[in-house]
Amino acid sequence: MFAYILRRFVQVIPVFFGSTLLIYFMVFAMPGDPIAALFGDKQPSPQLIAQLEEQYHLNEPFLVQYFYYMAGIFQGNMGVTFSGQSVNDVLARTLPITARLAIMAIAIEFTLAVIVGTISALRKGKIFDNTALVISLIFVAMPIFVFAFLAQYFLAIQLGWFKPTVGGQNDWGDLWLPALVLGISLFATSMRLMRGSVLDTLNQDWVRTAYSKGLSRRRVIPVHVLRNSLIPVITNTATNFGVLLVGATVTEFIFNIPGVGNTLFQATLRHEGPTIVSFVTVFVIIYVLVNLVVDLFYGVLDPRIRYVK
Amino acid sequence: MSSEPMLPTHFVAPVKEAGPVVVDAVRVDAKPANIWSDGWRDLRRRPTFWIALLVVFIVLLMAVWPTLFTQTPPNDNCELANSNGGPAPGHPLGFTFQGCDIWARIVWGARTSLAVGLIATIIGSTLGLIMGALAGFYGGWLDSLLSRIGDIFFAIPYILAAVVVMTVLSQNRNVFTLALAIGGFAWASTARVVRAEVLRVRQADFVMASRALGKSRFGTLAAHVVPNAIAPLLVISTLSLAAAIVAEATLSFLGVGLGSGTMSWGNDISQAQQSLRVAPMALIYPSIVLTVTVLAFILLGELIRDALDPRARARR
Repeated sequence: MFAYILRRFVQVIPVFFGSTLLIYFMVFAMPGDPIAALFGDKQPSPQLIAQLEEQYHLNEPFLVQYFYYMAGIFQGNMGVTFSGQSVNDVLARTLPITARLAIMAIAIEFTLAVIVGTISALRKGKIFDNTALVISLIFVAMPIFVFAFLAQYFLAIQLGWFKPTVGGQNDWGDLWLPALVLGISLFATSMRLMRGSVLDTLNQDWVRTAYSKGLSRRRVIPVHVLRNSLIPVITNTATNFGVLLVGATVTEFIFNIPGVGNTLFQATLRHEGPTIVSFVTVFVIIYVLVNLVVDLFYGVLDPRIRYVK
Repeated sequence: MSSEPMLPTHFVAPVKEAGPVVVDAVRVDAKPANIWSDGWRDLRRRPTFWIALLVVFIVLLMAVWPTLFTQTPPNDNCELANSNGGPAPGHPLGFTFQGCDIWARIVWGARTSLAVGLIATIIGSTLGLIMGALAGFYGGWLDSLLSRIGDIFFAIPYILAAVVVMTVLSQNRNVFTLALAIGGFAWASTARVVRAEVLRVRQADFVMASRALGKSRFGTLAAHVVPNAIAPLLVISTLSLAAAIVAEATLSFLGVGLGSGTMSWGNDISQAQQSLRVAPMALIYPSIVLTVTVLAFILLGELIRDALDPRARARR
């Protein structure tokens, strides 16, 4: 196990530096003046330009700029937003809210996917299965912002079951509707994976062995089938984490939740380049770390993976 | 070790005598089967395939020939007097809060959505094919290098990457830069699929034969390996097209797509949300069209995948 953890850590290093370098390169090594490009049609004050030039070391060669930037990140300094706030402060305020939303959404997605996917697989070709497949296809096709608006209009505005927007109050209970939207929009792919995975597992020798040694369905399905079918769903949650982050950005804006995604969204609306770069970098770092953690977890779940070179 | 004599424990059926049967008669004039003709025979029988194809065809027609669907000219179809008006002759879906003809905007917006989707997919699939084929076929250090580059691009959610690109390019946003921002970051998953397929095909005897006959490595790759790895590329390209249309709409919604002067489904939806409470239909109609179009492409991709994969055919 230790060798496996070590190998994964070594593999993640080039991805970590490569992806941050790529974003940095896109912004600061393009032809033209990066500050002018970041501000678009806005005219930054001379003080701000001077501050940004110093902050990003724009007088130095590109790689030196990147080095300073990474050094800052490793010292826990993520940069400064457009309005001069430290990104760390903004993150400290917004990240817990986004994390709460993400955890609720993943919990909803996972529970639904496992339950619906398993039932679908066990009743393959029956009404339940076909209905679930059609519904999941619609959710695969529907962009999350469309789904969010429809849910907001029908469930909150028309039926009044939820508050249309969340605002400053964002305890677990207030996030139900956005978390449902986010979770259900992610659920479709996971459910289809779970269904396929359970179907595959049902044909495995060990399931036949379990049945033939006299175990009941009640024991075989949860213990022998489910556990072995979960791996693709868990991996999908990790590779789909990018979709979750984009989805969180959209839902947080639509339901007015003051999270990281909303901050990023507001920055794009106001064309605040430096803030966008800082927060996209934060998202990429989170994404890479989540994938690392899931890969490690994956090694625990399936011992065979640890030994594959 | 026991030395007891073996007792017959099984019933052995007597051999049924039968005359020789012709088992190896081959119809020489029959058309040779391949995955494409098998796949086509399978697809042809599925109604879903024809429905999806019809939707794609209609949307394509809207993009190429919009005046066939609406007489309202683009862009100047907004009259504040029509604000939130219901359906009227020539305007079957009514009007938005700003008094724009919803149907006309949907028809004219198809071009943007499809153009961005197609160009982004061409860019992504070409990049993915080149990177994946080179990595899978040559192996060694080139594989390591290209796969690591792919990992890096894979690590950046492509909509977020496109947000950064479009922010930097705020002065020159057009269909091509938007497609480049989407396709330039979406190729990594295509490359992974192509690489896996090329790795599989590379082992085949005909590849070795081609090399033994003196064809160069690159010639073998281009003439024998790539054509045999095209099926999964076709499938993933259809699915990426759906994803690229969603990406365009999402980026327009995020305010980093094409400006509000361009008509696209994403812009329509994002403008309609400001008046969601009073004029919900302006949001619901483009949403339905967007979802149905994306759904059609996804269905096509999945049906083609199932049709080209004999194992999936057998599983049904």
